[in-house]
Amino acid sequence: MELYELTLRELQQVLHKGEASATDITKSVLGRIHEVEEKIKAFITLDEEGAINQAQQCDARGAYSGLDGIPYGLKDLICSQGMKTTCASRMLENFVPFYDATVAARLKAAGGILLGKLNLDEFAMGSSTEQSAFFPTRNPWDLTRVPGGSSGGSAAAVAARELPFALGTDTGGSTRQPASYCGVIGFKPTYGRVSRYGVVAYASSLDQVGVFSREVGDCAQVLNIIAGKDPLDSTCVELEKPDFTSFLKDDVKDLKIAYPREYFQKGIDSGVKDTVKQALLKYEELGAIVEEVSLPHSEYALPTYYLVAPAEASANLARFDGVRYGFRDFQAENVVGMFSSTRAEGFGDEVKMRIMLGTYALSSGYYDAYYLKALKVRRLIKEDFDNVFAKFDLIVAPTTPTTAFKLGEQVGDPLTLYMNDILTVPVNMAGLPGMSIPCGFLEGMPVGLQLIGRAFDEGTLLRAAYAFEQHSDYHQAKPDLGGELI
Amino acid sequence: MTISIKEVEHVAVLARLQLKENEKEKYARHMGSVLQYVDKLNQLDTEGVEPLDHILPVFNVFREDQVKPASNREEILANAPLVEAGQYKVPKII
Repeated sequence: MELYELTLRELQQVLHKGEASATDITKSVLGRIHEVEEKIKAFITLDEEGAINQAQQCDARGAYSGLDGIPYGLKDLICSQGMKTTCASRMLENFVPFYDATVAARLKAAGGILLGKLNLDEFAMGSSTEQSAFFPTRNPWDLTRVPGGSSGGSAAAVAARELPFALGTDTGGSTRQPASYCGVIGFKPTYGRVSRYGVVAYASSLDQVGVFSREVGDCAQVLNIIAGKDPLDSTCVELEKPDFTSFLKDDVKDLKIAYPREYFQKGIDSGVKDTVKQALLKYEELGAIVEEVSLPHSEYALPTYYLVAPAEASANLARFDGVRYGFRDFQAENVVGMFSSTRAEGFGDEVKMRIMLGTYALSSGYYDAYYLKALKVRRLIKEDFDNVFAKFDLIVAPTTPTTAFKLGEQVGDPLTLYMNDILTVPVNMAGLPGMSIPCGFLEGMPVGLQLIGRAFDEGTLLRAAYAFEQHSDYHQAKPDLGGELI
Repeated sequence: MTISIKEVEHVAVLARLQLKENEKEKYARHMGSVLQYVDKLNQLDTEGVEPLDHILPVFNVFREDQVKPASNREEILANAPLVEAGQYKVPKII
């Protein structure tokens, strides 16, 4: 077994036993990246020299604790001091932040080795990583397929054994959906659990940092480090932070699990449904109570999302005007012309489309009909969840309607692509914690099981995921990087 | 739901996006199809429903008003496209 194949937990064991140094691990992981990156294309920036330096400093310190010596990567919209943060956009192609996002600072302080920055759909707007302004990332299980998105680079790198863990973000499913497509763990904490400071904003009322790993326990460890109050993010609330690893118990006997009938209806692939139902049977076998419920407003979550998210995005992306950072069109003769041509040149199609939609939905005369209406429906969606969680501990469903689709297959019609997020978006509308774990394969492609919990009850998700992991081996399956390169 | 080219042009001005002629048509079509889709929300009676604009029961968040070191000007200006005399430089405004 090569070092790069090990999980975070296994790497910690190797370090503690003195079987390998942080430098050995970093070199092994860099070797793996050299071997497969041409096929996967997960990294926008790879900092080999910096990684080796960090690892050598770590070895020089001696004893290993926390994340000492563990390599990781960040989705390239999480600011990293002195390392380019592009948001996969021409607009920020050469942007080098002079500060770390809170999550980046916390991982650094815990001793982690930052290897580089991972590909995404431009400004996190997309579901396939094909909207990156630079290049698409490919699915390690079949190179002709997408890794999902928007955190596709993070998911693909963890699946391809290029990294033991990585951070992404999740605004409408951008962590859970690519995790499902790539057969890894993807965890979206409750809105307000993890600081968003230094994470380039897409839709501020929905955005949350997510974690990718190959074992549930690894995810709990990373959460322990990144979660918790941050004076630099007023929505990152003061709550007692549990030790998330304390929930890793192989026991679901007291759990009441609900599966919403709306998540198993038409439009959801029958193979995906069957695979998820097998997982539900497993939970029953393990002693949990499993019952069908209804989340009646589910079908309204996606249209609500496609008003709320673009509206917030149109405000958030107003800052990219060519004045303070990023791209500028120097041809323009006056300042308003400079704003307009800079933004026209700097943003890609999907980003411009969402800015246009959001601007329209917030514009005079349309605000009540679109944005306000969406916020009212958002409350109905949240109340659906409240009703279920009054009686149940956990909701279990498919993460995505299908397995990963082919590159180029869904470019063109925005609505077809948006449908990928139909099962993940409601969770963001309600601000709840959600998770995707591997639960089987269909024609060689991974299927994800989505777990949804009460607000700030990440513990129950981790426990249920851990129990499932103890009784399955899907998380150990390795992608063969097959399929013709296109 | 259809969006006219004129509406697209108006929104583009508000959004500070310079659009090419062929883009105007494309945006009109795409925006129209998305707006038609979101029109589904009108099936729901939301009379008396309080809009949910923030998911957390958090209102004013305060911190101590303490003097702390801030980033320096050189660091901040380092990413600017055009700088003169320690300030951002932009084309003529008036």
